[in-house]
Amino acid sequence: MTPSPLVEVRNVSLSFVAVQALQDINLSINQGGIHALVGENGAGKSTLGKVISGIERPDTGQLLINGEERHYTHPRDALRDGITTITQEIALLNNQSVLYNVLLGQEICRAGVLQRRQMLAEFERLVEMTGFELDPDETVGRLHMADQRKVEVLQAIARDSRLIIMDEPTAMLADDETRVFLEIVRSLQRSGHTIIYISHFLEEVLALADVVTVMRNGFIVRTAPTAEETTHSLVEAMLGRSMLEMYPARRPAKADAAVVFEVRGLQAPGLGQMDLQLRAGEITGLAGLVGSGRSRLAWTLFGALEKEAGEILVRGEAVQLHSTMDAIRAGVFMLPESRKEQGLLLKQSIRNNLSLPHMSRIVGRGGIISQAREKARIGQLLGMLNVVPPEPRLSVNRLSGGNQQKVLFGKWLFHQPTVFIVDEPTRGVDIGAKRAIYELVAELADQGVAILLISSEIEEIVGLAHRALVMRLGNIVASFEAEDDGQLDEKEIMRAAFGTQEAEAGGVRT
Amino acid sequence: MTQTVSAGRERSARSISAFLLDYGIIIAVFLLYIVLSWQSEAFFSIRNQLNILDQAHQIGLIAVAATVVIIAGGFDLSTGAIFAMSSVVAAMIARDLGAQEQYASVAPWLGWAVGIAVGCLLGLLNGVLVTFFRINTFVATLSSGIVFRGFALLITQAEQVRVTDRAFRELARGEILDARHTVYIWLGFALVLSFVLFRTRFGRYIFAAGDNPEAARLSGINVNLVRTITFGISGLAAGIAGVLSASKFLKAQNDAGQGLELISIAAVVIGGTSIMGGEGAVWRTVLGVMLLRLIENGFNLMNVEPFYRDIFQGLIILLAVALDALRHRRS
Repeated sequence: MTPSPLVEVRNVSLSFVAVQALQDINLSINQGGIHALVGENGAGKSTLGKVISGIERPDTGQLLINGEERHYTHPRDALRDGITTITQEIALLNNQSVLYNVLLGQEICRAGVLQRRQMLAEFERLVEMTGFELDPDETVGRLHMADQRKVEVLQAIARDSRLIIMDEPTAMLADDETRVFLEIVRSLQRSGHTIIYISHFLEEVLALADVVTVMRNGFIVRTAPTAEETTHSLVEAMLGRSMLEMYPARRPAKADAAVVFEVRGLQAPGLGQMDLQLRAGEITGLAGLVGSGRSRLAWTLFGALEKEAGEILVRGEAVQLHSTMDAIRAGVFMLPESRKEQGLLLKQSIRNNLSLPHMSRIVGRGGIISQAREKARIGQLLGMLNVVPPEPRLSVNRLSGGNQQKVLFGKWLFHQPTVFIVDEPTRGVDIGAKRAIYELVAELADQGVAILLISSEIEEIVGLAHRALVMRLGNIVASFEAEDDGQLDEKEIMRAAFGTQEAEAGGVRT
Repeated sequence: MTQTVSAGRERSARSISAFLLDYGIIIAVFLLYIVLSWQSEAFFSIRNQLNILDQAHQIGLIAVAATVVIIAGGFDLSTGAIFAMSSVVAAMIARDLGAQEQYASVAPWLGWAVGIAVGCLLGLLNGVLVTFFRINTFVATLSSGIVFRGFALLITQAEQVRVTDRAFRELARGEILDARHTVYIWLGFALVLSFVLFRTRFGRYIFAAGDNPEAARLSGINVNLVRTITFGISGLAAGIAGVLSASKFLKAQNDAGQGLELISIAAVVIGGTSIMGGEGAVWRTVLGVMLLRLIENGFNLMNVEPFYRDIFQGLIILLAVALDALRHRRS
């Protein structure tokens, strides 16, 4: 079977002011297939997607759709050819109904008056095509993320899309929602749609796509059927080198290390009663499915959520944590999961972000900042974090995702914590930055910080932690210790997280 | 490696147009000075310059404080009403106490002080409405402004409050080195707020509160307290401006200061402080105020029909907002 290419990209190059984003790209996308694009951040995969969907115009080269040359100047030109895009962030009208969102721009009117009955019929037709179950009158903002994705997919189909470009569509989804979404993508393929699937999640790509193209620094490294690839071969191609050592060498925790953080009889909304001990220099992994209460526990320990009962002791002393300010004073720091919403002040400088939680350490009388003290500390931190570029006055939104994550980390390294809770520390960063962050976590533990590592990537917990706790339905249901030099057992953790024996088939993404 | 390259791209992308977006206000004020100096001989005299600064003090005070409110993520539409309340209260105290022999000597001082304090208190009240009661900042200050003005009407019974004691004029009309006190007060206020914004912990918290309140809270900052204080500062500024007005004219009226809140916010925007919060600077607002005053002054000196002035000012405000939007699209 040799399907004709729906999209053909010939010798396309595109450069931004100082960077060559795409260099002589040649690519054909087959009709009816799922074609994945993978690569590190900045490799050019999103840019390539934007060229095909008319958001970016190439400097040189040709774009052929169904064999005809196209010069898109606006996304709406591509839309006319049936090309739509679904991006990482969900872009819907949150306060409007599902029906209105799906048919946005495709409303059926008579003399400007909406024809609800006909719109409902059209909606039914679309739903039948995909087999989704959605209430047309539900407000979109109340739906789960996976259902919101369904609305976006329906919207794309309503616009008569033949090609749907998906750019990191599962980045914001929880594991179970991801599974639902992947099924959606397969059903789209079955109904004859072509999909370009851009993703960081290699296992997802391998399970889903027919063909995968690996990109690096604006080049295409290779295009191959996914059957011929493995996660390791893809990572090697992306990095241009083998990644034997993703995780830093494990430094065993001292068996006699002091318990520096202790929780006794904690009770809080959504959590079962629990006790918890963290030792200096030990990395404790906290695993569990999304919704198992990991983040809720973390927020409670950080004073951002109120507890109902229980005692918290830091270095043996009982502390009252009613606010994040209390926690910071007590030496309990937390790296939040969402860099943009909970973590960084995007318009502010690197310097302002780094010193924000620790202003009391650099101000003198009257709250006036000692610039010398601040400058010295920021200089040290930037060196340690290896932020590129190391310019304290640069605003954070000019940094790449990986460097932003380093700044977010640095915010909590300004002063050494006793306990450091890190919630999904490598979400949305590329492999190079991941490795740097793992090093940082291991180094902090070496310096005697007790670390609570929350991660949905069980591999991360296995690779870094000395000990793993597993949460399910608001309770800590299992605890595993790594052997002297051995590793934690990934499958055991998964089983505990699911509370079943089917964990191996569960498809938790790594 | 890709990171270095993309950072390099970012830097070189800050080309001439980006520079114009960021510093256009300096160029605009500078050009206006050149044009006006060339068009009118009277313009560049020290006397006229001091005059412009004096006339700018009302908008100046309120706009400089509005900068802080806006950076912290708020809006204050009640400053015009606070202006009226403060000026009325100050004038009433000066008038009524001044009529009693034993208090006559302190009456002006008490009037000024209480008038300013009332402004500050009303501002803090706005802050509580916005933070503690979580009322949208536009709606809260729009309605509180109506209430404040209503109180001004109630206590004056719509009558002009006249002060006869000439000592009451000293605050606004007094001069140091040929310049009115008003000039020192508003420029001093701007200097102090500028220092607070860029050199103190509280200043950093103001930027943090407007940029990302959730991240600020999770960094151990009491965002509600920070925002409340910014409203207090705004009320303080409106209070000072109101008291200065009562002092200058020796009278106060419940309907004074209408529209001050809008023209002040316009000055902030013209200066280039983003209405989205989280970024901006006091010097920008000072230039924004000057731009508005220069246009006014220039139209007067050149005897242009005043009808054109409003259209011209409105267009400049539109231009400033459009530039702000453009800047945001780029980042």
